Amino acid sequence: MSTIALPDTDAVRPTKPAPRRLSATQAWGLILITPYILIFLLFVIYPIGYGLWLARHPYSYEKLYEDPIFARSVMNTLVFLIVGINLKMMIALGLAEFFTRQRVWIRWLSVLFILPWAVPSIPTILSMRFMLNPEWGIINTIIFNLTAEDGPNWLNDPTLALSLAIVVHIWKSLPFWTLILLSGRLSISTDLYEAASVDGATGWNRFRYVTWPSMQTLYITCTLLSMIWTLGDFNSVYLLTGGGPADLTHVLATLGIRYLRLDEVDMAMASIVCALPLVLPLVYFMMKRLSK
Amino acid sequence: MKLPSRQAVSTEAKLLLIGIPLFLWTILPIYHLFLFAISPKDSAFAGHLWPDNPTLRNFEIVFTQKHYFLNHFWQQLWNSLFIAVSIGALTLLVATSAAFAISRLKVKGGRTVMNLALLTYFIPAAFLAVPMYKTMGTYGLLNSQWALILAMVTIASPYAIWVLKQASDKLPVELDEAAVMDGASPMQLFRLIYIPLMAPSMVAIGTYALLLAWNEYLYAFLLLSKDTTITLPVALGNFLSADDSPWELLMTTGLIYSFPPAAIYYVFKRYMVSGLTAGAVKS
Repeated sequence: MSTIALPDTDAVRPTKPAPRRLSATQAWGLILITPYILIFLLFVIYPIGYGLWLARHPYSYEKLYEDPIFARSVMNTLVFLIVGINLKMMIALGLAEFFTRQRVWIRWLSVLFILPWAVPSIPTILSMRFMLNPEWGIINTIIFNLTAEDGPNWLNDPTLALSLAIVVHIWKSLPFWTLILLSGRLSISTDLYEAASVDGATGWNRFRYVTWPSMQTLYITCTLLSMIWTLGDFNSVYLLTGGGPADLTHVLATLGIRYLRLDEVDMAMASIVCALPLVLPLVYFMMKRLSK
Repeated sequence: MKLPSRQAVSTEAKLLLIGIPLFLWTILPIYHLFLFAISPKDSAFAGHLWPDNPTLRNFEIVFTQKHYFLNHFWQQLWNSLFIAVSIGALTLLVATSAAFAISRLKVKGGRTVMNLALLTYFIPAAFLAVPMYKTMGTYGLLNSQWALILAMVTIASPYAIWVLKQASDKLPVELDEAAVMDGASPMQLFRLIYIPLMAPSMVAIGTYALLLAWNEYLYAFLLLSKDTTITLPVALGNFLSADDSPWELLMTTGLIYSFPPAAIYYVFKRYMVSGLTAGAVKS
């Protein structure tokens, strides 16, 4: 027993002056971290707890299950994520390659290319919304001038409207992901590419055997992160279509607001709880990657 | 002079084949905004690529608030600015302190706080919007600009703390040790050593929070409702519900609102790209 107690007393004695020093440091550490802890308790824990409490009734879920708009929104969200994100990331990967080319005009283009990401979404989405106006919008005016026929009523067709919301989303967030993939692409040593050309690799093979192996981890991380964020993309859908026509283009991010407007907060919360199986695996995966 | 080889020409052509559509894709919605802003009301709808009589009349109407939709233009612009600056400053304060405590003072439980913050970062903001709205109601903050400021600080902080912690982990420990040997207190360490060394990352994070707040629509539209307290994006969104919306004025206001973030982005580009994108995804 004494052999267990001994190392304790031994360890304490030489560091005796340290506890006071340490505790001053710890005290300041606590003081400095407190503002964030308060924010976290008041504006993250409390709302989540409150939300879960509001969503506690089983009949909210029954109502949700019977609401055709809910099923439609889940489908729309999945289409948005699976089609939209993959399309966007593939384009971003291609553009990252494009922007590595050394040309003066490509450098200028890259400066301009950031704009959609840098400007607020509301003016640009409204601009696009008006471009798509069936009567006065510039797109249908051009179609009419070229073909002498009326263009489609873009935002009145649910499929077309959702596809356009995806287009808006891609327009807005493509620069960000291209930039990130570009920084990954630029960190690949040029020696590898030179070695590959010596071996006669061109185009596709260079990508297949040099670029992709070095980028695939980054690419997958980006895709997952983008999926999580896109789940919360309210603007692209709400500002373009407002969920219409006939509430057929809602996604989970806008559905909560729809129920809030209908004064059905329990439904809003229940719909978010139903989205958790979609979110949690992604979050778990990202946490494992980033907290390493 | 040597003529370019056929292969070089075809490479250039291929690059242009990507470059030109990319240029049009990027610029079209923004150009459309600009086109409307400089067009007189009646010719805005003509579908020309350049107006017959470009005019600055729309800007004049917006700046002098000569339309009932724009009665509070300056007030709302000020609201946006005040709210964005408050959010930027508060986020910076909260996140820098927390990052210092976690990374340099090694406060107990710091790692847990960091992980909880990261977890918050991955909750889609739109999912937190409804509970946040109800919570602000409980706290009696609805319709107060503080509701929006606190909500946005909550949203911006996790990423801010994470980036600042990553950056401060890279500072050499010897600096702190030397300062402590010389008798520096933790606060002196914070003020005299930490803040000056962290300045570049802090600029990036401050700008990040500022732009996030300036561009925010969803939370602003949920948490604020009075004409005199809302931010300009909410006012623009309210244009939408009206049938007789003056589109050319809406576009002009939007263009004015887009200008500051674009300018800030280009001014701080150096910090932003290295500070944010490199930190955003650690491969």
